[in-house]
Amino acid sequence: MSRDRKQGLSRRNFLQTSALGAAVGVGTFAAPSILRAQGAGVKLGILQPVTGALSYSGQQGKLGAQFAIDEINAVGGIKGLGKIDVVFGDAQSTPEGGTAEVEKMNAAGVAAIVGGYASSICLAASQAAARYDLPYLVDVGVADNIVTRGLKNTFRFGPGFGVIAKAALENLVTLNEQAGKPAKTVMIVNEDSLFGSGLAKLLNEQLPQKGFQVLETIPHPTPTRDFNNIVLKIKSQNPDLVIPANYYNEYVLLARTMQQQKLRPKGVYSVLGGAASSYKFVKEFPEAAQDIMDCNHWFDPRKEKALALRKKVEGAGQFFTYEVYLNYCSVLLAADALAHAGSVEHAKVTAALESSTFSDHIMPYGPTKFVNGQNQGAAPVNTQVLDNDIQVIFPAAFATAKPVFPRQA
Amino acid sequence: MLSPAILIPAILNGVLTGAVYALIALGLTLIYGVLHIINFAHGALLTAALFAAYFAFKVLGLDPYIAVVAIAPLFFAFGYALQRFVIGPASHGDERNVLLVTLGIAIVIENLALYAFHADTRTIDVPAGFDVIDVGVALLGVSRVVGFFAVLVLTLVLWAFMRLTDTGKAIRAVAKEQLGAQLAGIDVVHIYGVTFGLGTACLAIAACLLIPTFYVNPYVGQGFVLVAFTIVVLGGMGSITGALVGGILIGVIESLGGLLFGESLGQLGIFVVFILVLLVRPTGLFGVRA
Repeated sequence: MSRDRKQGLSRRNFLQTSALGAAVGVGTFAAPSILRAQGAGVKLGILQPVTGALSYSGQQGKLGAQFAIDEINAVGGIKGLGKIDVVFGDAQSTPEGGTAEVEKMNAAGVAAIVGGYASSICLAASQAAARYDLPYLVDVGVADNIVTRGLKNTFRFGPGFGVIAKAALENLVTLNEQAGKPAKTVMIVNEDSLFGSGLAKLLNEQLPQKGFQVLETIPHPTPTRDFNNIVLKIKSQNPDLVIPANYYNEYVLLARTMQQQKLRPKGVYSVLGGAASSYKFVKEFPEAAQDIMDCNHWFDPRKEKALALRKKVEGAGQFFTYEVYLNYCSVLLAADALAHAGSVEHAKVTAALESSTFSDHIMPYGPTKFVNGQNQGAAPVNTQVLDNDIQVIFPAAFATAKPVFPRQA
Repeated sequence: MLSPAILIPAILNGVLTGAVYALIALGLTLIYGVLHIINFAHGALLTAALFAAYFAFKVLGLDPYIAVVAIAPLFFAFGYALQRFVIGPASHGDERNVLLVTLGIAIVIENLALYAFHADTRTIDVPAGFDVIDVGVALLGVSRVVGFFAVLVLTLVLWAFMRLTDTGKAIRAVAKEQLGAQLAGIDVVHIYGVTFGLGTACLAIAACLLIPTFYVNPYVGQGFVLVAFTIVVLGGMGSITGALVGGILIGVIESLGGLLFGESLGQLGIFVVFILVLLVRPTGLFGVRA
């Protein structure tokens, strides 16, 4: 094409080239069938909120899914079905955006959908997909009711909120007991939507039973521009433990303000902490991040494949976040189910997911086993930021470091 | 809970936060208060300025306090060009069109930022970013104290500019009686451009003062727009002193509201005050009845 244009670019040529370019560009995201000339393939829907408030997480999730798809396609695609054609949809950080994309994906003839990220989007999108019995694999969404509504088409590879909170509490008790019970008082700082307030409520119910006194729970909106007042409140009550439950930006602001105001409790213990297990946070603010503990999604550091993916992601100039590896694994799982189904028929793919024993993933879960759509082996991991890196401190089976608790004043 | 040990630092903190709000509102009071342009792009322009300050630090290694010398004139020129060649011609003098044009500009800027820089939240770690001044009753972040005094100086400079220079007088003349100003030989289109440019330059300075302690992502500016509009109405449309006092007042109200009612409810205080001002003194604290 470029050779033809050597003599100059006429208006008509320009319009034709632009139209073709636009068609190719759009096709890459929305209508991959244009590019699928080399034979039969399987259409897979990837749903992520790549614009709006959740866009960073959405873009990370999309990246993880793309790594998995590239890997699968590099070896010829899914056995018996051919290469994966991505039908990408932007949920625009809203449940309505998610459901609209599900409709489009169904019209495009996808065999399954992977993604959603936020619980609210996953809830709405999986329900929309259920109308067509279209298999839906939740990548992150932790709300328990995503898999308790009796939807046959919905599966979640990662752990739900209940499992995460239970593990977080058990590990906190163990951690405290091992250290000689230095922590008795707790303050919770939570964002005030479903995620943060739900967690705060649960912690307020459970922590007293485990011997901790909750001095105060401080909710805040997202976004919050300034954490000085919250840190002042914490400082005035001087708790042994601070438990933050908020999203990335607020988490970082809180940690930075704590550092600036010289607030150093015996421990900072997060549950699904927005930045607590983020390499980005550790790299940018190593001092503020030091010793912070978190109970969160985490890859299995014993698996070569996990380390290789991390290298690839970081090589691409991106951070290896949980959205990346959960989506990577979810796409691999979808591909495995499609291979076992040997068909793109919704019922067969759903049946293949129900009986899935997929183990070639990079999470510390063991082979998949779905009961009512929930992967039974899925569990979170406890991490701690130590010496500018993130180490696994629980479970002991694959811990890479011993916890530092209480930390030095 | 309400011991002076918490109350005094909270008020001081509110004053420092309010100073940055004031600076963002200063830009808006010129554009919205003087020109009556409901500038929906104000937040997006702040985002653009924050990105400029971020990349000046990351790519050129320029401290935001030094980079401001280049970024402020750059944004003045950008604001001038935006008003002169986009907003002005596209609006055809109709205020409703201005509303839509500025909304369109906001969408374009935010989505260009999203396309170019992704949704990633970016922060910088300047050498003095975590330094504090111990004033006995509170630890005050050095960056925030610097920001406070910079805003005071800037307000004074802007006030003097509006009072003492020919351009300042021309801006006031255009604001008061556009046709009269035109008849007196003032180039109204140029003055509109200059005013919009000044407002945008104020945002650039605010961005350079904000970035050491804050973050930037393509949507970060949105969080400041409503507060800025509130301050402009509270302080009085077009009043520079009003923007400063209103900004600090809103900062303190937000801070104390957060302390007393929790952060989730604390911001309600801002809007309660806003409604009260509209009811009791619609011209704002320093506004003049039209």
